[in-house]
Parts: sequence; C-alpha cells; structure tokens
Amino acid sequence: MKIQMTVNGADTSADVEPRLLLAHYLRDTLGLKATNIGCDTTSCGACTVLMDGESVKSCTVLAVQADEASVQTMEGLSPDADSLHPMAAAFHAEHGLQCGFCTPGMVMAAVSLLEENPRPSEREVREGLEGNLCRCTGYHNIVRAVLVASGQDPDAVTGGGHAEEAASGGVEVAPGFSTGSGA
Amino acid sequence: MSIMGTRVIRTEDPLFLSRGATYTDDLTDERLIGALHLTLVRSPLAHARITSVAVDEARAAPGVVAVVTGAEVDMAPALLFGGANKAMVRSFLAADKVRFVGEPVVAVLTEEAYQGQDAADLVEVDYDPLPAVIDLHAAATDEVLLFEDAGTNTSNGFGLDAEFDEHLFDDCEVVVTREITNQRLAAASLETRAASAVWTDGRYTLWCSTQAPQSARDEVAGWLGVDSAQVHVITPDVGGGFGAKIGADPEFALVAWLARHTGRPVRWHESRSENMTGMVQGRSQAQTVTIGGNRDGDVLAYRLDVLADAGAYPRLGAVLPLFTRMMAPGVYDIGKVESRARVLVTTTTSIAAYRGAGRPEATAAIERAMDLFAAEIGKDPVEVRRRNLIKPEQFPFTTKGGAPYDTGEYANALDKVLDAAGYPELRAEQKARRERGEVVQLGIGVSVFVEITGGGAFSEDAAVEVHPDGTVTVLTGTSPHGQGHATAWAMLASEHLGIGLDKITVKHGDTDLVPRGSGTMGSRSLQTGGVAVYQAAGELVELAKQRAADLLEANADDLDVADGRVSVRGTDSGVTLAQLAESEPLRVDTNFDSGAPCFPFGAHLAVVEVDVESGKAVVDRIITVDDAGPVLNPVLAEGQRHGGIAQGISQALLEEVVYDEDGNPLTATFADYAFPSAAELPSFTLLDMATPTHVNPMGVKGIGEAGTIGATPAVQSAVIDAVSHLGVRHIDMPTSPLRVWTAINAAAVEGAQ
Repeated sequence: MKIQMTVNGADTSADVEPRLLLAHYLRDTLGLKATNIGCDTTSCGACTVLMDGESVKSCTVLAVQADEASVQTMEGLSPDADSLHPMAAAFHAEHGLQCGFCTPGMVMAAVSLLEENPRPSEREVREGLEGNLCRCTGYHNIVRAVLVASGQDPDAVTGGGHAEEAASGGVEVAPGFSTGSGA
Repeated sequence: MSIMGTRVIRTEDPLFLSRGATYTDDLTDERLIGALHLTLVRSPLAHARITSVAVDEARAAPGVVAVVTGAEVDMAPALLFGGANKAMVRSFLAADKVRFVGEPVVAVLTEEAYQGQDAADLVEVDYDPLPAVIDLHAAATDEVLLFEDAGTNTSNGFGLDAEFDEHLFDDCEVVVTREITNQRLAAASLETRAASAVWTDGRYTLWCSTQAPQSARDEVAGWLGVDSAQVHVITPDVGGGFGAKIGADPEFALVAWLARHTGRPVRWHESRSENMTGMVQGRSQAQTVTIGGNRDGDVLAYRLDVLADAGAYPRLGAVLPLFTRMMAPGVYDIGKVESRARVLVTTTTSIAAYRGAGRPEATAAIERAMDLFAAEIGKDPVEVRRRNLIKPEQFPFTTKGGAPYDTGEYANALDKVLDAAGYPELRAEQKARRERGEVVQLGIGVSVFVEITGGGAFSEDAAVEVHPDGTVTVLTGTSPHGQGHATAWAMLASEHLGIGLDKITVKHGDTDLVPRGSGTMGSRSLQTGGVAVYQAAGELVELAKQRAADLLEANADDLDVADGRVSVRGTDSGVTLAQLAESEPLRVDTNFDSGAPCFPFGAHLAVVEVDVESGKAVVDRIITVDDAGPVLNPVLAEGQRHGGIAQGISQALLEEVVYDEDGNPLTATFADYAFPSAAELPSFTLLDMATPTHVNPMGVKGIGEAGTIGATPAVQSAVIDAVSHLGVRHIDMPTSPLRVWTAINAAAVEGAQ
C-alpha cells in the first residue's frame, strides 16, 4: 500500500506491506533509529512517538494507520546535540537517563504529558509516565527531569531527596579527591 | 581545583538525547549491508525428545535463504560454565532433546525480517514430551533426570563434602529455623539481546550487546573452535545489562557460524517474548536459615543451607552460591557460621548474574533470620542488629564465611538511616494505627548490609594518549552500558592532565583496540578500570615531565603539569602536552591489579503502608546509606543507587518469574511480568557516607549493586512488620497482595486454634 506521512517536518512516502508497524517504518524504511522497540505487548513505551501531537506507541500502530499523519520522533525534537529541546535538556541536567534505551520514548511521552498538564505534581508525573518503563534509573531522576522541564523545583515537589553528610573513615585517599556528594 | 568528587553531568547524553544511542540493532555499518535476518524456532515444551524436524515447506517460503537444523551445525555442544557437571552441555540448536521452553531448535535466515516469522511458522517439529522439573526439592530427588549421562541433576556444589555440625546450636537458648525463597527474576534490560556477524578474510567480526567484549570474544571463539585472534568483537551502545549480558550467549556463536555457513552477513535481534525465556535470569534459591542465640539478643550461631537453581544448562549462576556462602553472616560478628549450597538443573531458563548476583541472596537470608530471631525473643529488630554488628575497631575483619572485610562503619550507617527516618516517631505512629485498628497499617523495615565488589576480576588495563591536536584518547577494558564511563573516565584523565572533558574521548568494547579486559559487572569498574585510567594518566604526566625536562633543560622535579601544559615552576618556560606528542606518541599503557575485592556496606530503612483488607503494600519512603568510599561523580553514583534501590524494592514487592508445573513460563511478556513503573515507586532519600578502602590508591569501592542488596530485605521486612501484630512472622517475596492477604488469614486461623 502506498502511504505518505510527515515525519519530523519532512514529507515521506513508501509502498509498504499492510502489516508493517509504524515503528519499523520509522526505523527501517526511514532509518530513524532513535525510536526503540523494547517489547511486543505495548507495555514498555520505548517506541513512543507523537502522531498528530498525541503520544502513541509506534509498535502498536500500523504504518498505514499513520497515512496522511504528522509524526514526530525524538530526532525531530532537538535540532542537534548542542541545542536540546527543554525536555531533553532537563533529562540531561537531572541525569534522567543511563543506558538510554527507554529515553527516546520516555522523552516523547514526557513532552506529551506536559502538553496535557503543564504543571503536574510528582504523583501526576509518575502516573502520567506509567506506560513507559525504565530499568536503570528507578524513575527518580526522570520524575525530577519532567518537573524541571515544567518549571518547578523538584526538591520542593518530591518526597525524597538527598541529604548532605560529612565523610568519615580513616584511610588516606587520593589527593584532591573530595568525599561526600554535596547536593 | 580538582574535578574529582564534583557533580559533572554526562558528556554522552547530548547525542543520546538528540540522535539517540546506537545499539546493535541500529547499526548501519557497511559490512552489514545485505545481511540476512535470523529468526529462531524455539521449543514450546520444557522437556521433550525431538522426534522429527520438517523444514521443506519453510525452505520454499518467500525470502528464505537457509533453514538450518541442529543436525547441520558442526559446533560441539558446549559446557557453558567450566565448574559445572561435564555432562551438562548445550547444543547451539537442539537436535535430540530440549530442556526448557525457549531453547533454540531451528534457524531460519531470510532476506527481510518479517519473512522470518512467516517461514518459522512453517517449520514442523515433533516432540515426545517428558516430565518437567521445576521445583528444586524435586530436582534434588533425581527422579527425573535432565541429563541421563550425568546420572544426577546436581551440577556442582559448595561445602557438600562435610556434614553440618550437629552441635552448632548447643549453646543457644533460642533457635529459629525457616525455609525461605529467593525468587527467580528477569534482568529485563530494555534492550533485548542482539548480535550481528560477518565472515571476511578468515575472520569473524561480531557486533553484540554485551557487558564484557573480551570474554565474549574468547567464549565465541571457543565455541566456534577457532583461535581468539580470529574473532573481532565490537560492542556498540548497550541498552542495559544488569549482569545478564556478561560475556556471550550461545546465540552469538550461532550468528557467527551462520554468517560463515551462508557467506552472508547475519543480523539477529530477539523479541521481548524470546528474551523472557531465552536470556539468562537471576536469583532462584531455596534457602533454609537457622539462627540461634540467647534471650539478651546475642546471635551465637547461623546456618544457611541453599538449593540453587542453575536452570537447564549451568552457566554463571552455578558459581554464584560461592558469594552467597562467603557473605552469609553479613555485617554481624557471629561465632559459629556454616553453609552449603547444592546447584541443581531444572527445566527452566538458565540462571546467571542479576544485579547483586549471589550477594542479595545472602543478605536477604541473614536479614530475614535476624528479624525472625528478634521476633522470637521479643526484642526490637534494630536493637538486635546493633548488638551483633562488627565494630569499626575490628577491621580488617575476616568473617566465618571467609570474607576479608576491608573497612566498615556499620553502626554509623544504621544510626544515620534511623535518625533521618525518625525511627521512634515511626514506631509511635505504627502503635497508634494498631491501637485504632486502621485498615492501612504502617510497617518499618531495616537492613544493614555488606557486599563484595570487584570480586571476580581484580586486574584491568588502561591506556591514555595525548594527540598533537590536544585531544586525548582513553582506552579501557571496562565496558559500560549506562554507567557513564565516558564522563567518569574522562574526569580521571582530566584530573592529571588538566585537559577539558570536551577534548577527552573514552573508547571501549572493540577487542582489536582493547585486547584485554574484564568488562563491567560485579560493581567492579571504578575500583579496577577507573583506578587503571587514573594511574595511566598519572604515569603519562611523569613521562611528559621527563620529555619536557630535556626539551626545557630543566630538572623534572621542577616541572608542573596544569591545563595540558608542562611548565618550569616559577617561570614562563613550558611546553604543552600536545606539542610533546608531535615528535613521538605520548601514550601510556598500564595495568592495575588490586589483588583483592572491596566490601561496601550500608543501611536501608523502608516505610510501607499495607492495606490489611486487600493485602496491598505500598512503599512510602526508603532512606538509604550506601557507603562505597569516596565518590568520583555524585551524579553517577546517585543514579546507580536509584536504579539499584528500585530493583530491590521490586524484588521485595512485585517481580517473579513464574513457571507452571509443566514448565510453561507464565511471565514471558512485559504484560505478565511485574516490571515496575514510576507509579509503583516513591522518590528515594539518599544519605552520604564515604569510608575509604585501602585496597586501591583512590580508596574507592563499587556502587552498582548496593541499592539492590540493601533495599530488598528492608522492604520485605517492612511489609511483614506492618502485619506482625496480626501474628505474621514471614511472607516470601514478592510480597504480593495475595501473599500478604493469605498470610494475615493463615495467622488469624492459627491464632484462633
């Protein structure tokens, strides 16, 4: 079937099998590899993209269903690595990613979340991102990143935090090496 | 000013957050153009003889280039862990017998990925079913054997030669014993397994998702029956590992073999459903703990008896009970300790490392035992713990488990979490809720833990080179998959060279570039590979001074290195490191060998709320000390703690890989496996402590697994504590609503009798 869609502002078209998933259209037909596939049950959200402004899991959308649609992936969010979109910049500043596999989907879901709820509480962020799984971060810094991107101070909003304590112990360490985190 | 210990955000992230990382399945390397796609036909039965394999119809399907059966593969069945029973070998494609659901049987190679599934559906395999062996106690009876040639289901054991001491508990006024389960977990890295291979000029190039490229190279070469020099492993970005991606999987060798067999590059990327049965899993021990002491609260003797699950084919999991035994007494000074472990095969997915890998099993056992003992003598579990802790002045301390603990401030760690939580106030709140008979009860759980990091491999190579353009390359044998080595190792080099992080590139994972290395696992990276990088950069400074001394006609002792420049102290005379690299390469290759592991420690306090009518437990707060010595980059260390804490909470509350009695996996998708989302977890409260070790010159210990080891028993204990006034003494993990509800009702029935 012939389809055409706008992806990250560019016109794309292809003759595709009806069963082709949107995720595979983006990755394999267009070569946009940021969008990852982490499961086969629409559970993990690694493949989340925006379709006509709404977040969708692109492993559960057929490419033909996105015919005539406008799709945005993480590649379309920031012009380049030096000028990150505010949400991506917040993930960077708050260490909201480790292995990076969930990140493209998580960032797109977070962008969608703030469009619906520009000033969410911590609980609203947690529930809003329930469909996006991360194994590395324990979500702590992802939640902080979303709160930062919404213009809020995460230390004032979240229950947890980081308390500063002095170092202890009597063993010599490398010179110049400070101990303790210092929030 | 020193960069060490400062909060540096990751230099790798801008690329990850714009273009995205490049994982194995994302590769567009020109050597992979025209690659075939591998689809594996896997066993739907847990235990069966293969009676026939029909592939003609599949071979005729569109896009099919080859369909390969086990009979055609000429790699010899392999022993996947050297210490296992020698008869317990695995074929690369099963030809005669299958021993777990998910075992690969037939390989289908197609031009396009979608064609692979179509053709795989046309493969017909006939099986003659055999009884499944799931329960470890049933496996130990040897009534049904997985490997008839072995004559037993026991792969190997630890401490099985001698009988337990029948007088171990003779001095004890109180002895408590209980069977507890440390359940099977899926590592569930978001990136599933993937590998691509090409055979050119007598050599295999293998791209794969691994935590240890050099051992992956050696394992794959061994399985292929070629020299290691004939295998070049390249590790792109890796989407999480958590221990399950240590080294190579048999599928990697199959991908390489098929590339040579077909004369085409081959790509393989498994689905999540395949991953949940095909990738190694973790934990899975049936433990019997026995603890004894006096009514004052002194613990005098402890015994840990373990049946450890190896899965169908013994792998790394077969050796992990070594760590469980070594760490058995935990943070406590116990006069008599004995333990043993029998490693058994079952018709399930193989067990290997998962975050903590043998140590969480030890910690969960001793911490549960301390709670049981405290409950039996009617004392506060915190006070019983404190009374038995190893004291700071006792270090270095070799335990009855044989672990040479380096440094520890256990009571300090415990006090910090108690103070931060407001322990007396929490107990008062708990008492009030109990008196009011509230539906939502409060539970408080405390764990004090010690673990072992860098326990597997003490040595690591590093190289640092300054280039004439002023940039720096760092080579490391560690192999990150989210930990942030690109930033952290650059900080270590920058500290000595005074060159900015933006000019420093950290390279890893290419076995031609870094031929030796042990990879990233067991929380070893900083205390081995990081120290090696720090040492290499320091040695490079000395080398630069020697060269500059000649050039500047100065004494090397009068030279300083700062901001990438060697200068004669008190003068304007100097030369940049970049200039020194112009005439001959300015590079140092070094090795650091600590010769010993480290023993980080900490304390966790969890506060949970349990609805006594539904049994549902929710973690309200978790407060942790994870002391791994001085912190190089707090941003990264906190990230490691967060991830570990989440996985620890999740083992206590949610996760379990479940098989039915026929060996069918019931949790083979993310729709069925209880992978936690943000909604199930709280924010975490981290407290700092930094007790250095003496086993490496930076004083650093490992941090990657601490959170998991401490959080699991704290949360399990808190859930049980919340319903202890109803007569509940123990609930196995995961403490699901059904288990909690059942325990409450069983206690009520027992109390009524």
